[in-house]
Amino acid sequence: MASLKDLRGRINSVKSTRKITQAMKMVAAAKLRRAQAQAEAARPYAQRMERMLASLGAAVAGSPDAPRMLIGTGRDQVHLLVVVTAERGLSGAFNTNAGRFARARIRALEAEGKTVKVLTVGRKGTTYLKREFSSRFVGDVSYHNVKRIGFEQADELATRITAMLEAGEFDVCTLIYNRFQSVISQVASEQRLIPAPLPANDATAPAAAGEAPALYEYEPGEEELLAALLPKNLAIQIYRALLENAAGFYGSQMTAMDNATRNAGDMINRLTLNYNRTRQANITKELIEIISGAEAV
Amino acid sequence: MATFDLELVSPERLLLSRPVEMAVIPAYEGEMGVLPGHSPMIVALRGGVIRVTEGGRETESLFIMGGFAEITPTRMTVLADEATPLATLSRAAAAQRVTEAEAALAAAANDAPEIRDRASDRLQAARAMQDAAQAA
Repeated sequence: MASLKDLRGRINSVKSTRKITQAMKMVAAAKLRRAQAQAEAARPYAQRMERMLASLGAAVAGSPDAPRMLIGTGRDQVHLLVVVTAERGLSGAFNTNAGRFARARIRALEAEGKTVKVLTVGRKGTTYLKREFSSRFVGDVSYHNVKRIGFEQADELATRITAMLEAGEFDVCTLIYNRFQSVISQVASEQRLIPAPLPANDATAPAAAGEAPALYEYEPGEEELLAALLPKNLAIQIYRALLENAAGFYGSQMTAMDNATRNAGDMINRLTLNYNRTRQANITKELIEIISGAEAV
Repeated sequence: MATFDLELVSPERLLLSRPVEMAVIPAYEGEMGVLPGHSPMIVALRGGVIRVTEGGRETESLFIMGGFAEITPTRMTVLADEATPLATLSRAAAAQRVTEAEAALAAAANDAPEIRDRASDRLQAARAMQDAAQAA
């Protein structure tokens, strides 16, 4: 049986843990709001880019010298997986989910006889995957000293991937990240980057908006434009994934810290009950001693 | 006077979205003035200044680091890589960019022509930024 002093010590320590988790929850909630706002702000660009790509892609599709980024290298042998995770833990199963998803994909691809290359973004995913797949690593990127993820980082990453594509280092590039479904649910998912999936060019969309499907003039030519537009699109896709990852991370951390706070509360209740019982028992025992002592005299 | 809808977006946010009378954009093959009823076009942009006219006066001028524009008779959408209002452009930052771009171009001297082209485009955009900063 723990002594009263021990119990008091434990209650105090759990109380300070609860204070910390509560503060972390609040911080995560504030950062989540900011991350969501940032993701919201990035949406208009992505939408317009998609519209432009759809009309351009339709013009170039089928041409044999369409850019590589659009049609790929024509092979399907070497896969580059870009795995995006967070920089920090204390966020429930957030990083583990993405890591586990990536591991399953790597295994599945290798079982098919493909070559897999891994590029990780975020410290947590790097440590998770490096243990098992360090021979497949082509690099890892960490933003732990970047205060706020900007388009700059995404652009850098896209340039790196483009350079690898031009050097013929892979055939297919896939992005694995936690999609932000809601504050309490993030789903590990994958998205193909190269060859670029063209947004569906549904002729009904502009008609619904009351515009005639326009026949565009291009300056410079379609192919030069597309060659310039596709890397931008790649950067945008990565940017979106980075933002969703950030928002998802804070959401997950908020949920995890909320649970931790609640658990700490339960624990404090249990310990307090235990403490009171022990105190009561001590008093009873002392009373018995006094009474029996008095009777003996 | 007739107007068309101008939208200016950068990856990080929507900068401008309202009807204007005229906009001059730095198209890849030279400055281009856009008025309502322009024929549909998609153009690449280089580094330069976008000037917006409303009510017969120039109301906005922003520097962009290149991008794309989609033009239809009723609207124009500009996707800018980076956009800064001319008034807030800093000379020191522009000069630093030029130095960086020059170094990048020198480093790319032995790379594939596409990479070299990209570096030289970037240098030109940085020089345009410096010019714009000096004029402002």
